[in-house]
Amino acid sequence: MLNKEGIAKRIAKEVQDGYYVNLGIGIPTLVANFVREDINVEFQSENGVLGMGPFPFEGEEDADIINAGKQTITTMPGASFFDSATSFGMIRGKHVDLTILGAMEVAENGDIANWKIPGKMVKGMGGAMDLVASAENIIVAMMHTNRAGASKLLKKCSLPLTGVGCVKKIVTNLAVLEVTNEGFLLLERAPGITVAEIKNATEGTLIVPGDVPEMRI
Amino acid sequence: MIRKTVSNVQEALKGVEDGMTLMLGGFGLCGIPENAITELVRLGIKDLCCISNNAGVDDFGLGLLLQQRQVQKMISSYVGENDEFERQMLSGELAVELTPQGTLAEKCRAAQAGFPAFYTPAGYGTEVAEGKETREFNGKMYVLEEAFKADYSFVKAWKGDEAGNLIFKGTARNFNPCMCGAAKITVAEVEELVPAGALDPNEIHVPGIFIQRIFQGVDYEKRIEQRTVRKRA
Repeated sequence: MLNKEGIAKRIAKEVQDGYYVNLGIGIPTLVANFVREDINVEFQSENGVLGMGPFPFEGEEDADIINAGKQTITTMPGASFFDSATSFGMIRGKHVDLTILGAMEVAENGDIANWKIPGKMVKGMGGAMDLVASAENIIVAMMHTNRAGASKLLKKCSLPLTGVGCVKKIVTNLAVLEVTNEGFLLLERAPGITVAEIKNATEGTLIVPGDVPEMRI
Repeated sequence: MIRKTVSNVQEALKGVEDGMTLMLGGFGLCGIPENAITELVRLGIKDLCCISNNAGVDDFGLGLLLQQRQVQKMISSYVGENDEFERQMLSGELAVELTPQGTLAEKCRAAQAGFPAFYTPAGYGTEVAEGKETREFNGKMYVLEEAFKADYSFVKAWKGDEAGNLIFKGTARNFNPCMCGAAKITVAEVEELVPAGALDPNEIHVPGIFIQRIFQGVDYEKRIEQRTVRKRA
């Protein structure tokens, strides 16, 4: 079974040379730490920066340079700043190559729920609805089950939706899966995890195509 | 040159009344119009509808207006960092219209650019689209969203000149340029106000035509919400 870093490491392998990438908050943020160093990638943050770098050294924080999580950041050579309408123009206009975000639930038809739990304080969707409705290449980083052990990969989402039919690929602590017309196609198993364990943790339709290889991280 | 300068924040906020709809720039606490917010609190103007991506924190930014119960409605994309906000929302004192962030920005920009409405894919099939017109273009579904209508827009820039031209710094730009000229009156506060001619026209982010009043801001705190650093190797 993978931990959060493991999920981030596996997703980092999906990042290709020349990609502009938007990373959500949580596990997706960790992906930046594991992208190969021999490829050129630019990270976009929807509050208005392309070419995000690591956190600043102590004493060099700038209140005017933050990411979408409101954390102080730095920029890389070639970076640029822009306004919010331009930022979402990049996203809506499909100029961003890959979007990686977290989810509370994903359905077998690609629906995603990640912004609201009825009865709890609603903080808002931020940019999530724009991201999922627009991006063509969305990878969801999530735990396969919730803390109570219930599956988060469902036939149908039970929580209010963030977007419909938009998720293409999911990387969890147990598996890599692709969303197809027939359901969740199992592509890879996490180290030490059996197909039976994945089946057991997946409420939605799981398609097992013969031999399922173990992930290489 | 058409002069837009006013001498201080009091003059800049003339005409703001109870019940108005205000746009306020900023993302989190980054690039917020600190001087305008302080003056709105001092004036005690109430029943406001505030269009702002976030709602500040308990003791800074828009949180200051919420503390004084001056806000009747917030239109935002994310309001997570504010306990007083949560209390007022759950008790029903405060109305909240959550709007996807890109839609929020575009509703400002549409108002600025003279579009009454636009189609966006964001929110299709979710509760955000409930009651709204939807339409298919090239096999994909879109939601019709209308431009904002606001009375005043308060923005904050890094540098500005007497003609109202603005330059922003870093990610403090965010919603500010989208809100310029998107309300009946746009008020810009700047860290550094310079004479006309002192800024290179090639480097202006927002032309002065979108600004009605500009003033030299004072005492910027520029609070950091999440201070994240790394150790030197």
